[in-house]
Amino acid sequence: MIIGLDVGGTHTDVVLLGEQGIECQAKVPTTHDDLLACVWKGLEAVTLGVAPHEVERLVLSTTLTTNAIAEAKLPPVGMIVAAGPGLDPEAFRTSEHYYSVSGSIDHRGREIQPIEPVEIEAIASKLRKEGVRHVGVVGKFSVRNPKHETQIQQILGDHFDYVVLGHRLSGHLNFPRRIATAYLNAAVYSIHKKFFDAVRRSLKRNGLAIPIHILKADGGTMSFDASLDLPGQTILSGPAASVMGSLPYATENLDTLVLDIGGTTTDMAILVGTVPLLAAQGAEVGQFRTLIRALRSHSLALGGDTAVRVKDGRLQLGPDREGPAMAFGGPTPTPTDAIIVLGEDLKGNRAASERGMAQVAQALGLPLREAAQWVFDEACRGILRAAEDMVQAINAKPVYTVRQLLEGYQVQPKEILVLGGPAPYFAKRMQEISPYSVRVVPSWDVANAVGAALARTTCELTLFVDTERGIATAPEEAFHQPVKRDFTMEKAVSLALELLTEKAVREGASRDDLETEVLEKLQFNMVRGFYTTGKYYRVRVQVKPGLISHYQSVVQKMQITYASAPCGSARSS
Amino acid sequence: MLRAAYKTGLVIFPAFDWAISPTHPEREERLLYTQDQIFEEGLLDIQGILEFKPDLATIEDVQRVHFCAPDERSVLTESHLISAGGAMTIAKALMAHKIDRGFALVRPPGHHAMRVVHGARGFCNINIEAIMIEYLRDVYGVDRIAIVDTDCHHGDGTQDIYWHDPDTLFISIHQDGRTLYPGSGFHHELGGPTAMGATINIPLPPKTSEEGFLRAMEKIVLPIVQEFQPELIINSAGQDNHYTDPITNMNFSAQGYATLTSMLQPHIAVLEGGYSIEGALPYVNVGIILALAGLDYSKVKEPDYDPKRIRQPEETNAYIDRLAEEILGYWRRCPEFIAKNRATKEFAQRERTIYYDTDNILENQKERLRVCPVCSGVLSIDSLTDRGYHIFAIHIPRKACPECVALGYEWFDAVHGRSYDRVFLQDRTTNRYLVRKA
Repeated sequence: MIIGLDVGGTHTDVVLLGEQGIECQAKVPTTHDDLLACVWKGLEAVTLGVAPHEVERLVLSTTLTTNAIAEAKLPPVGMIVAAGPGLDPEAFRTSEHYYSVSGSIDHRGREIQPIEPVEIEAIASKLRKEGVRHVGVVGKFSVRNPKHETQIQQILGDHFDYVVLGHRLSGHLNFPRRIATAYLNAAVYSIHKKFFDAVRRSLKRNGLAIPIHILKADGGTMSFDASLDLPGQTILSGPAASVMGSLPYATENLDTLVLDIGGTTTDMAILVGTVPLLAAQGAEVGQFRTLIRALRSHSLALGGDTAVRVKDGRLQLGPDREGPAMAFGGPTPTPTDAIIVLGEDLKGNRAASERGMAQVAQALGLPLREAAQWVFDEACRGILRAAEDMVQAINAKPVYTVRQLLEGYQVQPKEILVLGGPAPYFAKRMQEISPYSVRVVPSWDVANAVGAALARTTCELTLFVDTERGIATAPEEAFHQPVKRDFTMEKAVSLALELLTEKAVREGASRDDLETEVLEKLQFNMVRGFYTTGKYYRVRVQVKPGLISHYQSVVQKMQITYASAPCGSARSS
Repeated sequence: MLRAAYKTGLVIFPAFDWAISPTHPEREERLLYTQDQIFEEGLLDIQGILEFKPDLATIEDVQRVHFCAPDERSVLTESHLISAGGAMTIAKALMAHKIDRGFALVRPPGHHAMRVVHGARGFCNINIEAIMIEYLRDVYGVDRIAIVDTDCHHGDGTQDIYWHDPDTLFISIHQDGRTLYPGSGFHHELGGPTAMGATINIPLPPKTSEEGFLRAMEKIVLPIVQEFQPELIINSAGQDNHYTDPITNMNFSAQGYATLTSMLQPHIAVLEGGYSIEGALPYVNVGIILALAGLDYSKVKEPDYDPKRIRQPEETNAYIDRLAEEILGYWRRCPEFIAKNRATKEFAQRERTIYYDTDNILENQKERLRVCPVCSGVLSIDSLTDRGYHIFAIHIPRKACPECVALGYEWFDAVHGRSYDRVFLQDRTTNRYLVRKA
């Protein structure tokens, strides 16, 4: 059995998954000032009477690190940046402990200017004096040659708690994002370590010495030990949980839009068949654009608790939330109040909802029910509009080869899967007013925890081979190997897949459950003075985000049970 | 976070799966390192820099500009349509006010493609700037446009297409034609009888460095552009003036290109040549993008940049000053020359031989223009290649007077079809494109 646990903004959802599907589920309030308390409470609720050895693992998804960033509760981080020519690295300053140093590598990975050890030593001693314990080291083009980053790390020695090197974060090119990603990894390291250490200790103390896996932003998981190297990968795993939770119900050969409608926001993502779309470069976390591999998701400030107002005779939804719906004691009418007025079977104080909607109705000069319908429809339409914009943005994504342009796949969702608090109500109305076929994800209220539980270990790897320089590199893996002139694309692909498998297994995957694929495969003749001097291969491979195969039968069972369920008749917990 | 002073649009289309041949300079690898540099610098994350996916140009878009013999599909590939389409994408974004400026980093290039196309010249099949410009005129009604061609080679194709058009100022600044392909672009080439002064050529001596380029910009290009009062400024941004370029002999640098761009302030830059794919393109392109966006480019430098080593010969500045004086002198008298042509000539003819170096075709052209007293005049071209292919093409310009329009159709009806493989009529007043086969 597997435990899936998703610490959300309001609730912490937990499920215990067995061969029969959800064996047990629970929802406990999230205790923000002591997350361990709600995690533990949730675990207790689902493990009561379960023998510890029956539980294979615990998969945890939490907004802990995301929130720490949003609230700017981060410890000081020293950044050492070797930029060389180009944009002024000052533009990417992360904090006061930010140092731009000598050293430059070009696009092929050739050293243009060496680093100055004395410079680094001075910075290191300054950082130590100022009590900075976490350091990020980033060079421009370090993914083509990490020499400078490694040299700087050696000079820093073991005087710091955590030193992260830019080239280990991602094989993608983007120096400013590499800086932001290194910074965030270093910044969340202690928060991450402290929390998960506590979870581990507390499991052990209670006789549940099960492996902990952590959900990442790309919808995959990694072992806790692996996460300590790059804790930044867990940032933004919230939306990933709900996408993974909807995955079992997606239709093969069809594009699906996933909507997780919460109180404050609606998170949306796209599934192509049963594979979620990834963000082209990496997640955006607040003001930071990063190289953190993440699902392509969009967060719209519109949910069940969004404030409804009338201004100059026009209806306005949000974008803010002033509190819960009036039915639950909030100060402002919300779409949830509209749903209640429309007579849907929702708990709460119906009279309060009517009172709120009456204000709206009066301002609009409409009868109460019509006003409520208008509010609710506006919320549905607003979400659908934003979803269409997102699809359009995905399809407008640039391509770089003739083939890609002519054969460019256009995402065209025909189905919508809805989950989150008010899912059944929204789904029902969206089905009526849109051309989509709309379904509610079974167990819509804990689907995110199911998603976390069933997510497979994922990872990505980029291999560069430059036969002129005679070198193959996989920067994320610190892999470097000399190659001969006769190296081929086939060899490059098999080498990349081999390295990927090792990486995935090390991060917690089982060797027989790896669905790998080649994402990018480019090959260039390098010609100098009209002669071919070498070949350049670029191969990017990944373990596809998806569900663990062992639970395929469970997933199928869940699908049979729920796929035919009519819209809006979601199972209550 | 960095924010661009001018909203700048980019189309990056490196065509990683298209090449003239595996070892040709115009091949898959050409924009690879440029793209790497743009990605690594994170330029696409800067607020106000927007990347667009290129559109595909259509055959109709090509027919506004060219006479392709025997037809369009025979002389171009999908890559050419994407390249022209990429330039059009930038133009559309500009017209829709999504951007203030834009740069189409596309390949293959186009500025050696003339009005008649039998094949590829100087790696160019169709003229991507001209296709973009005529699209702008047709769809958005843009009239006066200045093209400043900063490729090291004379933009002879663009010059040919706009030779008779008084509303398109074409300025080419290039290495002296006596020392480089295509061997044209001398300073006395000023445009056709009814459009003199709308073509300006600035041949610079080999080894001219940024000092000389910027001097020519300041003394010749900017004053003429300013007086022309264009609605749009287009830069044919070839980057082969660079000191590391393998097929030219100039000493320009990334800093120089960026400064030139911020002096010219083009609305649209379109990449042309440039074959120092490692030593120059990544740095020059980043410099141009930053300059367009109004961002600081002072730290963009080639790894081996040393202004002292690439300093131009002593006499270059004096040469440029002399050239400026002569060009401006002629140029000021152009209205007078046009008036004289109109008063003395009814028709003007020229004969020339055009060599297609890439496809090894030799073309003989007889061009005949009606020196119209009102408009720029209807034009006919009799074109015969050494492969025996013979066409007759009639171009009725955008603002042709009724008489010239009528004469164009008269010519089309009168021409003896059996003497030619194809007879074409391109009527830009109504956008009709007619073809008669033998």
